[in-house]
Amino acid sequence: MTDSATTIQPASGPASLAERRHANRARRLSKSLIALALVVPAAVMYAVFVLRPLGLTIQYSFYDWNGIGASTWVGLKNYAALFDNPVLWGSLLHSFILIVFFCLIPVILGLFTANTIRGFSTSRLALVSRTVLFIPQIIPLVAAGIMWSWLLTSKGFVNQVLTAVGLGGITRAWLGDFDLALPTMGLIGAWVLFGLCMLLLLAGMSKIDPALYEAARIDGATAWKEFWSITLPSLKQEIGVCVTVTVVAALASFDIVYISTRGGPGNSTMVPGMQIYYLAFFERELGLASALAVALVIVVLAIILPVQRATKEDKD
Amino acid sequence: MIASRREVWMGRILLILLMAGTIVPFLTLFATALHKPGTYPEGLSWPETPYWSNFIDAFKVAHMDQLLLSSVLIEIGVVPIALLISTLAGFALGHLRPIGSRIIFLVFVLGITLPYEAIIIPLYQQMKDFGLLNTRWAIILPLIGLFMPFSVMWMRAHFVSMSQDLSEAARIDGANLWQLFWKIHLPLSMPALSSLAILQFLWTWNQFLLAIVLVSDPLQRTMAGSLGAFQGQWGTDIPLLCAGSLLILTPTLLLFLIFQRKFVAALLQGSVKG
Repeated sequence: MTDSATTIQPASGPASLAERRHANRARRLSKSLIALALVVPAAVMYAVFVLRPLGLTIQYSFYDWNGIGASTWVGLKNYAALFDNPVLWGSLLHSFILIVFFCLIPVILGLFTANTIRGFSTSRLALVSRTVLFIPQIIPLVAAGIMWSWLLTSKGFVNQVLTAVGLGGITRAWLGDFDLALPTMGLIGAWVLFGLCMLLLLAGMSKIDPALYEAARIDGATAWKEFWSITLPSLKQEIGVCVTVTVVAALASFDIVYISTRGGPGNSTMVPGMQIYYLAFFERELGLASALAVALVIVVLAIILPVQRATKEDKD
Repeated sequence: MIASRREVWMGRILLILLMAGTIVPFLTLFATALHKPGTYPEGLSWPETPYWSNFIDAFKVAHMDQLLLSSVLIEIGVVPIALLISTLAGFALGHLRPIGSRIIFLVFVLGITLPYEAIIIPLYQQMKDFGLLNTRWAIILPLIGLFMPFSVMWMRAHFVSMSQDLSEAARIDGANLWQLFWKIHLPLSMPALSSLAILQFLWTWNQFLLAIVLVSDPLQRTMAGSLGAFQGQWGTDIPLLCAGSLLILTPTLLLFLIFQRKFVAALLQGSVKG
């Protein structure tokens, strides 16, 4: 932009041209400095309260430390413990199982629902449903946890419904069952995340050119074929977003587990977030807790980066 | 769009079922909250005599007035500052694009999927060193930092989409950098800013982990954080717990119902950009 300003002025010899170029560079530099100064407040807050702590977590993970006394360097011992101790790697395994529920159910059910209501997405019912289905997304997860713990007790509403439809035989205290507490937790997460995914996918579908569908119908394509060859490929980016949001929610889950089971019964719903909290603030094993935290960050990146790459490639 | 009658009816039934699945849990919570205090009601059942007083009792025992004040104070500490500094950074990185802006931006993006659990241990130590443990600052300051990756990315994306010609024209008219930002770009950024404000408000209000780890006094926490303490204290009195939970989720619910369009739009855009 400074070039256009210089061309207006009359040129006066090669010497001053070099001078001007020099002046231009100085101006560009000082402009850059001003711009960088604007970034400083955000960068400082980010560095002090996110980057520095993250660096410290990595540092702590190589030490044996109870948080108060002296710390001893133990090298990779904490990481070895992650692989040896079934409770620790179990917590990571549990968070993978939660991914299946948090991610697959909202995305598949969301695709199905959005595809079904696509034809009348501007009707009054559909508009009301936008508001209603979104409510789980705005309430605190803790509130969702308290509500569902109550619904899932042995005499709770869920069992009442099951008995009413003739499934009285399978009723139980769902969150107190060693085998079923984790899947039940997964379903609570699916309930929270469904509305967001469905509306994201619906918004994506509304951007698809209707002419594509009309052409397909003239060619005699079935609804199923339409879905596979038109809808699904056009939603690549939206599906990528849903997967990213839900996977992070599953791996970083803490609030609902804390409120409804605290990781129990036994360790059957122990997730990394809960385990880090226990290790750090109750068992005072800060090194071990930090190693698990680093492992969690690596797992998140290992899953999210490929998803982002695969679904965002046609941008830029 | 062509949609057969059968498809439309199927869709309507599906939607109604899904809405019922969303609302019935809240109705159960509400019905339970009206039962006699100290009882253990079964499933979804309407009490013979509704105890509306449970809501007043829950309000009193949870010190709801102080909780509301505490949450509001935390919001006031977080949202305006987070908005301001992320807008400045977004403007610089997206519009002025100084030397090194790509790398700076990449460093910000790195933090976007970071689970809060990953830094909670050093944050605790850090707050202890600063002498801020058990004060609202222990929630406010880290939250501002944690909001930066998303907020800077959001504002940068907005300023990238703004035309450079506009600034060019303003510069020719003699506007300096400050006027350019304050008089031209800021007013045009209001839609992006208000959506970001909604997101930051919600994330602050619902923040739980930082609240329970860094602040031990429930009355200095966020609403969500104090709900954890409320459950610990009154978890055995189910009707009172349900009444308390409803009270605690009412403020966000009310705001959502008033500004629902803005909320839905903000959260949808927010997840696409994140």
